[in-house]
Amino acid sequence: MPLDIKPVAPGHSFTVVGTRPLRPDGLDKVTGRAKFGADATAPGMLIGKVLRSPHAHARIRSIDASKALALPGVKAVVTRDDFKEGDPDFRDVLRNIMARDKALYEGHAVAAVAAVSAIVARKALKLIKVDYQVLPHVTDVEQAMRADAPVLHDDMFTAGLEEAPDNAASAAKAEEFGHVEDAKEKESDPHHGASLTGGFRPQSKKPSNVAKRHEFGHGDVEKGFAKADIVIERKFRTEATHQGYIEPHACLANYGSDGQGELWGCTQGHYMVRNVSAQLLGMDVSKLRVTASEIGGGFGGKTTVFLEPVALALSRKAGKPVKMVMNRDEVFRASGPTSSATIWVKIGCTKAGRITAAETELKLQGGAFAGSPVDMAAMAAFACYDLENVKAVGWDVVVNRPKQAAYRAPGAPISAFGVESVIDELAHKIGMDPLDFRLKNAAKEGTKSSYGPTYGPIGLIPTLEAVKKHPHYKAPLKAGQGRGLATGFWFNFGGQTCVSLNINIDGTVALALGTPDIGGSRASMCQMAAEELGIPYDKVRAVVADTSSLGFNDVTEGSRATFSSGLATIQAARDAIGKLCGRAAQMWGISADAVVWKKGHAKPSGSNAGNFEPLSLADIAKVAANTGGPIAGHYEVNAEGAGVSFSTHIADVEVDRETGRTLITRYTVIQDAGKAIHPSYVEGQYQGGAAQGIGWALNEEYIYGEDGKLQNPGFLDYRIPVASDLPMIDTVILEIPNPGHPYGLRGVGETSIVPPLAAIANAVSAAAGVRMLELPMSPPKILKAIGGQAAGKGKSKEKGGSKR
Amino acid sequence: MVDVVLWGSLKSVAGGKAKIEVEAANIRQLLTRLGEAHPALKPHLERGVSVSIDGRIYRDAWFQPIPPGSEVYILPRLAGG
Repeated sequence: MPLDIKPVAPGHSFTVVGTRPLRPDGLDKVTGRAKFGADATAPGMLIGKVLRSPHAHARIRSIDASKALALPGVKAVVTRDDFKEGDPDFRDVLRNIMARDKALYEGHAVAAVAAVSAIVARKALKLIKVDYQVLPHVTDVEQAMRADAPVLHDDMFTAGLEEAPDNAASAAKAEEFGHVEDAKEKESDPHHGASLTGGFRPQSKKPSNVAKRHEFGHGDVEKGFAKADIVIERKFRTEATHQGYIEPHACLANYGSDGQGELWGCTQGHYMVRNVSAQLLGMDVSKLRVTASEIGGGFGGKTTVFLEPVALALSRKAGKPVKMVMNRDEVFRASGPTSSATIWVKIGCTKAGRITAAETELKLQGGAFAGSPVDMAAMAAFACYDLENVKAVGWDVVVNRPKQAAYRAPGAPISAFGVESVIDELAHKIGMDPLDFRLKNAAKEGTKSSYGPTYGPIGLIPTLEAVKKHPHYKAPLKAGQGRGLATGFWFNFGGQTCVSLNINIDGTVALALGTPDIGGSRASMCQMAAEELGIPYDKVRAVVADTSSLGFNDVTEGSRATFSSGLATIQAARDAIGKLCGRAAQMWGISADAVVWKKGHAKPSGSNAGNFEPLSLADIAKVAANTGGPIAGHYEVNAEGAGVSFSTHIADVEVDRETGRTLITRYTVIQDAGKAIHPSYVEGQYQGGAAQGIGWALNEEYIYGEDGKLQNPGFLDYRIPVASDLPMIDTVILEIPNPGHPYGLRGVGETSIVPPLAAIANAVSAAAGVRMLELPMSPPKILKAIGGQAAGKGKSKEKGGSKR
Repeated sequence: MVDVVLWGSLKSVAGGKAKIEVEAANIRQLLTRLGEAHPALKPHLERGVSVSIDGRIYRDAWFQPIPPGSEVYILPRLAGG
């Protein structure tokens, strides 16, 4: 926290913060008045459509758009030739929004058309002739790592190798995991095979689909495993899921003949859209103004560009505004789902329940370009535990799928699924309550985290202790039901933030923010401004300002909006209060230092300052023109000190052994919010994370055919949970102040999606009596696991899966 | 002087060294001097990293002081959704 920011005193009594007022955008959203991305229109507007590759991997020999351009009503066509590659930092984003020499996944944009109507645009797309040379493809992460896999990028060489190019040591080590340790009881997964890398030999001098290797940890895991009484290793698999936002990507671009442009659209970061689009079109940043619409969900999926630069290029070419809206099929095929992954986990502990060593190897595909969140997954994997010996290795892999985008706590739910499953199994194996096992090994202040740094004050143990006290944890289960527990970690961060707070003539306040509101943040900002100014909540109105109205703001991501825009709002209010006190001092003819602000009024600081009637904010605002002009507060910051966050979830499920269907019967989220500004929205974030995690755990998956094409690009075949699938999700908000924020708050938007995959897997495993190793735990997989268990009875435990 | 610990994939770029001793009073000096001492690190540092000082993670704060004897880690740049 910057030095000029003063935290409130411990035990401070808040007036507005912590209450639950109505959200400012609520009425608009329930009445249909709110304007989302697709609601923007402009006179003379054209409709833009994208031609997408039908092939998973193909060289583009030529593109002939002459027939499309000759079709009446077609005003422009853009292809790779309309975007010049420049700054290497923008190379992948450019190649993703418009394919260059190769189409790298089915759905990859190859050309785009602007026409007078959607019908004409679609006809034109059919007239564009693309000469493809179809290439072999790979969509599976493990297959993509094989030496004989089709290579997506000739210029991709694996970075971060432990020992390059000869990995004899790694290979030798890999074979070690194929054996059961002598004199130790060990549960091993036969599918992990004899190699840590599935036959892949890292080779930095040869092009590869493996972009990077990451490693974190400390101590000596081999020595740690040698001290263990029991060691369990398992291999898990998760499928790619989509964030499932209801509003498809949409924008309206208008590029003027004077070289100035405007964009409207749904995004989590309109400054990012401005900067990236300007870069890709060779524009000055100042010549492009971007306005963020209301957003119908993002969850990380709207932290990058897809349509915006294309619409702008079409508009520039056509000389008219161009609107583009993805349909659901395009959202699935061509936006940014999360990674699919394989997760290998090995943990050893003593019979008394102390973990002696923990190790994981994670392979995450990030779609057709480097940048899967495997580094975050590896860092977060064991972050909940106090470990002497720990190692996490992550491989960032490219495949012929759409480039992944962030999804709430990117990567962390995937690694938590594997780690928390093995933790659960170990606890049961030694006959210890899984909660006590976690408490015994929980990270706390002073713990050297698994990713390196030593923790300051953290709130993991309080979430575990709250589980212990919660009636849910002790509630009886019926036959066929199972209970699962899992804990999760996320980093959170701040980032660049700029806020303006304008005092209106009637004493109301206009708050201009630069972080798009994806979870009710405007209400929280209004509360913080009202709290500081000492005025009612409904006297403050917040808007998300366009990019020309405020300084740069980072994307709303990383659970940062309420933390960093909140911090800036508090400071902007304090800046305004200083000016309000100055105006009062002027009117009273005393020094500004002799004026204090209390409960919405300027007051003399004491009897020595004089005897003056307090002036309200409205009193001072009314005569602002006479005392120096408008009164406003501003604050600009690159906020740091967001503070890490922990969450623990309890899930009860019922598994139908005939159909394989899982019903969530009860679910509780316990998480530290630091300080809940608007408790309803904090609860909403907890519930939303849990709901999305339930979908990820039970049903959601990208299904690819042998042809490399997505088989289920729609909500009928890609099943997200609906209200009838879920119980009321109970929440417990803990408030352990974050010293990095004046009110002590922590971001809450992401951590809640980290534990559900594992919590539900642990519950399903308990209910089904068999350890579930693959997500989603859809009915066919559960039936197969139950069937496998029945068929496998009598086999030795070294070869089989779980004992539960 | 501070001891800086590099995360795994940077270690290989720095000639296998996981821990490097650097004279730096703030994050900017730290990154500059790391790049000078190990030029192969420079492009990685310029692309963006996070720096943890005594357990608190910073993404961009060049002028954040590094007290002598601090625990300092270079980590991947944090991303979120």
